[in-house]
Amino acid sequence: MTTNLHLQDDDLVLHYYGEMGRAEEARAESHLEACRECRENYARLQRVMAFVDSAPAVDAPAGFERTAWARLEPALHAPGRGGFFSSLSSPAYLALAAGTILLVGAAFIAGRLMPRTPVGTQTDGQAAEKVRERILLVDLGEHLDRSQMVLVELVSAGEDKGDVDISTERVRAEQLVAANRLYRQTAMSTGDAAVASVLDDLERVLVDVAASPSTVSQEELDSVRRRIESKELLFKVRVVSSQVRERQKAEIKERTSVGS
Amino acid sequence: MPHTDAAAVALARDGDSEAFRALVERHSCAVYRLAHRMTGNPQDAEDVVQETFLKAYRQLGRFESRANFGTWLHRIAVNCSIDLIRGRKHQETGHDASDLDTLHKHDDPVDPSPERLMLSTEVQEQVTRAMDGLTHMERAAFVLRHFEGQSIDDISRALGLKANAAKHSIFRAVRKMRLALEPFVETEP
Repeated sequence: MTTNLHLQDDDLVLHYYGEMGRAEEARAESHLEACRECRENYARLQRVMAFVDSAPAVDAPAGFERTAWARLEPALHAPGRGGFFSSLSSPAYLALAAGTILLVGAAFIAGRLMPRTPVGTQTDGQAAEKVRERILLVDLGEHLDRSQMVLVELVSAGEDKGDVDISTERVRAEQLVAANRLYRQTAMSTGDAAVASVLDDLERVLVDVAASPSTVSQEELDSVRRRIESKELLFKVRVVSSQVRERQKAEIKERTSVGS
Repeated sequence: MPHTDAAAVALARDGDSEAFRALVERHSCAVYRLAHRMTGNPQDAEDVVQETFLKAYRQLGRFESRANFGTWLHRIAVNCSIDLIRGRKHQETGHDASDLDTLHKHDDPVDPSPERLMLSTEVQEQVTRAMDGLTHMERAAFVLRHFEGQSIDDISRALGLKANAAKHSIFRAVRKMRLALEPFVETEP
């Protein structure tokens, strides 16, 4: 850049953000004073930036504070609750599961597997990885079964008029949220869009239920039911669950045939 | 519910989950707005909010009580957004400046009349559309430079890029933003 040459668009960006060195800055200033063309170009850049500044940031959905807490709370306090499923959402479990799932990849979620290494040539590391994969298949299967139970109970709850007690479903949903989130993120990061989408729909329902009061009106319950039904959520969760079960069976069959 | 953040932080440090809940309820929407700007989609923004508060909870002991909790949380949220974006580096889906023009030709025609743009939602829509044309890295670099006021050197360190690469990400982002938005800000001849 010299005083006589026009300022390039990129020079104007540096000038706009004050990212030029002192000498370059002085040259840019003096060129802008002298050159109408560059001044006009700089004014266009400033107008675009002002336009960008005038756009409000995208707001969180209504009631986000409530749902944010519903998602977060199980991950903060799971260890004190006891029971098998609370261990699935404990920070220690989630950290272990995150590491393991990311290592193994979410291919197993959709029933797709990485190329098999002949058992005889497996290293200790590969064998350990397969064990972890098996454990996580079981965990994911359990997670989907428990999620299905919550959905079924919600769909069939409170046929009578009046308020409905969903405290049990609410507690279960709360326990499932953190693990579901982890499975969904894994599916997303490994490009399993279909599974990620099912888990996302599931998570939204779980979060809403977890954030609900223990007793809801018929209208509120109907709204949750409509969400479950409109997305065919129960059906989709069953499909993914069945894929996981098939994968587990294939694993067992493979181990049995190798052992015999 | 504690009246101030400082009081809530002090209680939360002692294991009072209701106090931490108060902090989440006070700050989650602001963290969401930042995360949405950085990541460009609601799902990622929600994940960033979750990670931000989890990290904040685990690091409450390190929080200086004289500092501003919102500012501290904001920094954590920026870092969580960057972590997410760096993890997606290989899945870039943005468009080159050369095809941005083509993209816009396929969009529904938009009337950029001043009356329409008077509405902040219309402005927001156009800016959102323009930013959706950026790659994850361009978006992050642009947001950090433009909205967060970070220097190019700081951005390159945060994003794990060489200074020149960070600079060029910003150049490309600004070029795309200008291409997309100049029609809306042109003055009358």
